[in-house]
Amino acid sequence: MGMNIAEKILAAKSGKKHVEPGELVIADIDLVLANDITAPIAIKEFKSAGATKVWDRTKVALVPDHFTPNKDIKSAEQAKMLREFAREQKLTHYYDQSDVGIEHALLPEQGVVVPGDLVIGADSHTCTYGALGAFATGVGSTDAAFGMMTGKAWFKVPPSIKFVYKGKLNKWVSSKDLILYTIGDIGVDGALYKAMEFTGPVIDKLSMDARLTISNMAIEAGGKAGLMNPDDTTIEYVKKRAEHKWKIFTSDKDAKYENVIEYDCSKIEPVVSCPHLPENTKPASKLSKIAVDQSVIGSCTNGRIEDLRIAAKILKGKKINSRVRCLIFPGTKEIYMQAIHEGLVDIFVGAGAIFSMPTCGPCLGGHMGILAKGEVAISTTNRNFVGRMGHTESSVYLSSPAVAAASAILGRIGTPDEIKK
Amino acid sequence: MNIKGKVWKFKDDVDTDLIIPARYLNTSDPAELAKHCMEDADKTFAGKVGKGDVIVAGKNFGCGSSREHAPVAIKAVGVSCVIAKDFARIFYRNSFNIGLPIFESEEASAKIAEGDTVEIDAAKGIITNITKNETYKVKPIPPFMQELVEAGGLLKFAKTKYKIK
Repeated sequence: MGMNIAEKILAAKSGKKHVEPGELVIADIDLVLANDITAPIAIKEFKSAGATKVWDRTKVALVPDHFTPNKDIKSAEQAKMLREFAREQKLTHYYDQSDVGIEHALLPEQGVVVPGDLVIGADSHTCTYGALGAFATGVGSTDAAFGMMTGKAWFKVPPSIKFVYKGKLNKWVSSKDLILYTIGDIGVDGALYKAMEFTGPVIDKLSMDARLTISNMAIEAGGKAGLMNPDDTTIEYVKKRAEHKWKIFTSDKDAKYENVIEYDCSKIEPVVSCPHLPENTKPASKLSKIAVDQSVIGSCTNGRIEDLRIAAKILKGKKINSRVRCLIFPGTKEIYMQAIHEGLVDIFVGAGAIFSMPTCGPCLGGHMGILAKGEVAISTTNRNFVGRMGHTESSVYLSSPAVAAASAILGRIGTPDEIKK
Repeated sequence: MNIKGKVWKFKDDVDTDLIIPARYLNTSDPAELAKHCMEDADKTFAGKVGKGDVIVAGKNFGCGSSREHAPVAIKAVGVSCVIAKDFARIFYRNSFNIGLPIFESEEASAKIAEGDTVEIDAAKGIITNITKNETYKVKPIPPFMQELVEAGGLLKFAKTKYKIK
């Protein structure tokens, strides 16, 4: 019996020929990462367990991206803990000053994660790297500390659900719409404890930037990982970036799946997730009565250069509606510089948007764009839980960059087709 | 391990932002986190919950972020255990790793009401609802998780099993 990509990576990393869903493995990891919220606990746990040295100083990544630039004194103390630990351990993948990027935009871009890797990260959106054909999953700080000490992690081999995307994409429908639609279909626990495998002719045609958006949100359906089979697009992306050797694993033709779900993408129109769960999806066209106070374009979900290009295409020569604060957050320094070189920043600022440095800040209601009571945001981020972006009586609607940019101009939720030429 | 306490009931899909909002994640001090436990689901929770009380919730408890601060806040505010229909994957791992007892039981999740007093016999996997005079079965925990609990947590397990530098 064949294996799927999730099973193949877990088998290879635990020295086995074959693994089955439900089987417990202790596997060798290729990378463990943590951020300025989760690393402080991991570092404390690491030290209190009596460990003095990380297992491999080239395989521990610390990215202080959540509350940086330091939003207050306590955050500054947390960021300082990472800095001191990174110096003491001589970590090669510690990012500071302008090198900080949003971790899940940064690590694939810098070639720190490559196909075939097994990655654990003390951040739930670690599943993003599945788009590269890596098995990557979010864990807590103690699991991260265990990884830092031993270079290992334990996994229950998950059953996999295969998603097949067919048909022609409608105008303004992006990979973000596909994943929101999928979560709307299966629910926020539709893939609980399971690996999601995204396949089909539509996925094959997507760029790496677009694919990373899909895998990023596997956790929003409860998924343990969100994998894609590497192809020429993947190899093209990693060959100019890879820091270490990659290995291509792909699912066998006779691989087992718990379920196979097919979507005809020609039936999907731009999707918005309404408050307060990502599964509350509706077509954007049905929400034109929802006025917005803030439009957020960026994050680990949609802060890559292609996302910014789409936003710029819509905002070019237009003005942000006077009732809206439009905040644009690139994922990394490289994307930030690229946006400057391509003239995107001129378009954004000219339209009345705010162009910020990379940070997770507004996505989780940390800083740099908090909502007041009763305010409404349209956002390209990944969660719209109660209070996610600020006051518990504020609301977040999740969308693609195209819909968020259009809504910033319209002052209400809408699609680019509704903007007057 | 026997646990007995008064129940506070929550709904389905309680996410980690409800358990401990991100605005308080600029610290990892358990006592600080405890003050804001469940704040965005019930503002008065941290003030009224008693030591040893039990949280009972619906499906997918702890969904969302990987923040270990969530089970830490629940434990630090004095809650003795959480019973739910099921748990989000990362929250489940984190709870074991930090020593917050959690129990999966569809029946208990459905039948226990706020204010009931329940007793849990972890070894036997039985929840007794003393108020309603009912008993419910707990879904057994995987043997490896049992091994972790017996070792005294993941990092103690690491020390017995691997060479730590």
